[in-house]
Amino acid sequence: MSKALQSWGRYPRVTQRAHPLVWVGEPLPQGLQGPLLPYGQGRSYGDSCLNPGGTVLTTAGLDRFLGFDPASGVLTCEAGVTLEDILRLATWQGWFLPVTPGTKFVSVGGAIANDVHGKNHHRMGTFGRHVRRFELLRSDGRRLVCSPTENADWYAATIGGLGLTGVILWAEVQLRRMSNPYIQQDTLPFANLDGFFQAAAESDADFEYTVAWVDCLSRGRKLGRGLYFRGNHAPPQFDALPLAKSHLSRKGGLSVPFDLPSFTLNRLTVAAFNALYYGKNRLGAGKTHLTHYDPFFYPLDSVHAWNRIYGRRGFLQFQCVVPHEVGGGAMREILERIAASRLASFLAVLKKFGSAPSPGLLSFPRPGVTLALDFANAGERTYRLFHELERVTREAGGAVYPAKDARMEPETFQASFPQVGAFARFVDPAFSSAFWRRVKGADAAAAAR
Amino acid sequence: MKKILVLGATSGIAQACVRLYAARGASLYLVARNAQNLQAVAQDAATRGAARAEAEALDLDDFEAHGPLVARAEAALGGLDGVLLAHGVLGDQAACERDFAPTRAVLTTNLLGPVSLLTHLANRFEAQRKGTLVVISSVAGDRGRQSNYVYGTSKGGLSVFLQGLRNRLSRSGVAVVTVKPGFVDTPMTAGVKKNALFATPEQVARGIVKAAERGSDVVYLPGFWRLIMFVIRCVPERLFKRLKL
Repeated sequence: MSKALQSWGRYPRVTQRAHPLVWVGEPLPQGLQGPLLPYGQGRSYGDSCLNPGGTVLTTAGLDRFLGFDPASGVLTCEAGVTLEDILRLATWQGWFLPVTPGTKFVSVGGAIANDVHGKNHHRMGTFGRHVRRFELLRSDGRRLVCSPTENADWYAATIGGLGLTGVILWAEVQLRRMSNPYIQQDTLPFANLDGFFQAAAESDADFEYTVAWVDCLSRGRKLGRGLYFRGNHAPPQFDALPLAKSHLSRKGGLSVPFDLPSFTLNRLTVAAFNALYYGKNRLGAGKTHLTHYDPFFYPLDSVHAWNRIYGRRGFLQFQCVVPHEVGGGAMREILERIAASRLASFLAVLKKFGSAPSPGLLSFPRPGVTLALDFANAGERTYRLFHELERVTREAGGAVYPAKDARMEPETFQASFPQVGAFARFVDPAFSSAFWRRVKGADAAAAAR
Repeated sequence: MKKILVLGATSGIAQACVRLYAARGASLYLVARNAQNLQAVAQDAATRGAARAEAEALDLDDFEAHGPLVARAEAALGGLDGVLLAHGVLGDQAACERDFAPTRAVLTTNLLGPVSLLTHLANRFEAQRKGTLVVISSVAGDRGRQSNYVYGTSKGGLSVFLQGLRNRLSRSGVAVVTVKPGFVDTPMTAGVKKNALFATPEQVARGIVKAAERGSDVVYLPGFWRLIMFVIRCVPERLFKRLKL
């Protein structure tokens, strides 16, 4: 069955076949076309979930819970279960995801394969740290149960392994306790990049969740101005607020039914939005308020298919991390280049990563400052800017995030992930992805065919 | 329905129903052929809140096993007040045209098996004077078409059997619900090209749960199939036989 499965950025566009996986106990079918790659919810932005000319093994049908212990918070589920499914099951029983990215519409398998992080990286590290065990199915039929103590080398290679080591079939995740579904949040405006570092220094010790939004169009003295959001799970005195299921089913919501024309998102509209957003939040600054976890963690999930606001050509994300020692300088240069490019990024997010080590060989998060941006695909102009940002990152000794990448060069990948040599030994010989072929430099060979 | 026997529990539609009933805290007795797949469905149901989720791996083509199976389910759950019969195969129409053996297999699984099971179940429900029998038939049983008339025959026969059973059991207060789904995106139809008429198993399951609650007689799921099949049944045979359906 051929199906147009895309990545979330809808760039690049490729043709691939899809084969659904439905049962954990079944072997991989023989005779599928081309190389294989697991495909969860397609929420990776670039080409790491794409396999042009090959077959993606879709895991949406592997969506069963295999057990949950409400006493210990240990959840076992198949790899296609989404974080949303987990929240629906666990929050009313007093448990929450230990780590969550900015969308709940990702699969557990995808969360492991990209070793995702969230607003609490400085406390809890990456998602992979909370994965106790999982089972990996290889193309030769081997099944490996992996944990920090069993098949530990496979465990390390598969966490952050971009789906290249085999198919994750199920996983056991340690959830975290929470008292209720509410977050105590406050917002701190900062006037420039130095203000961000000051806010982070003041906040990271007292707040589990911290993240900043940056107006990446402002320049000069205002370079890097933005809003610092910080929050904690509300304390148990809010127990009176019901942990009812009704809080979880925020039905409906908006949806973007078709691609918006490309003129809707340009420098002027983004500048206007940024000015309004900054101004509005500055007024309400300093006041702590209670908010449901859903809008706090997943503001964009309420608009389904928001990727369509970027129009038919799709969009590209760029996320990098640079070490703390050079963080200020490199970030300043990156922000200056973006502002100078006059390409507008709607969502510019800045955050300090903590030092909790990721278990994965190819995990992206590491101590330092991370910046995430998205840009409408304006062709060569965008690619040129990405090339510059990538170079600044590389020279600062930083890394670019594969889950959000569609452009980085093999050289940058090698520099970002020094353990790639060790990782490559665990790649399943039948598995590959557009990303992997690109960063391994196999792209040119494929193009020549 | 609180104590439910689910036959063919690993089918896409049955799994979606099981999730809804599990979330309501129902007790479930789940039956399917593949023990390992069935185990996953049972664990899922238990995790989602089922009061009980018993699993029994059994080949329902073995008619001799039906009586004891129903007795075991009843004993395990402490009674039965609902049955969801959801097992079936699509079959291979082309193979069925060449040979009777695959045709017989489709009729055995989709028609004779359910008739045997429903005979046991109807007698018990009639005696206890309550309960709901929910059976998955298909719109394909409403009119024979060249593209899948063997499957259609099995479902058409099943629909008529259910009509008679409903007529017989109505005086005992037992509901017989005939469910006629259209195209559903499940593993059964994995090889079929999808179009706008395809519904998700979740949509169909919500319709089934509602129909069972109301004790409906015949439900088309999604509902627009009632109109489509009305039109299709109205086409005169002289014309219909020349259509490529």
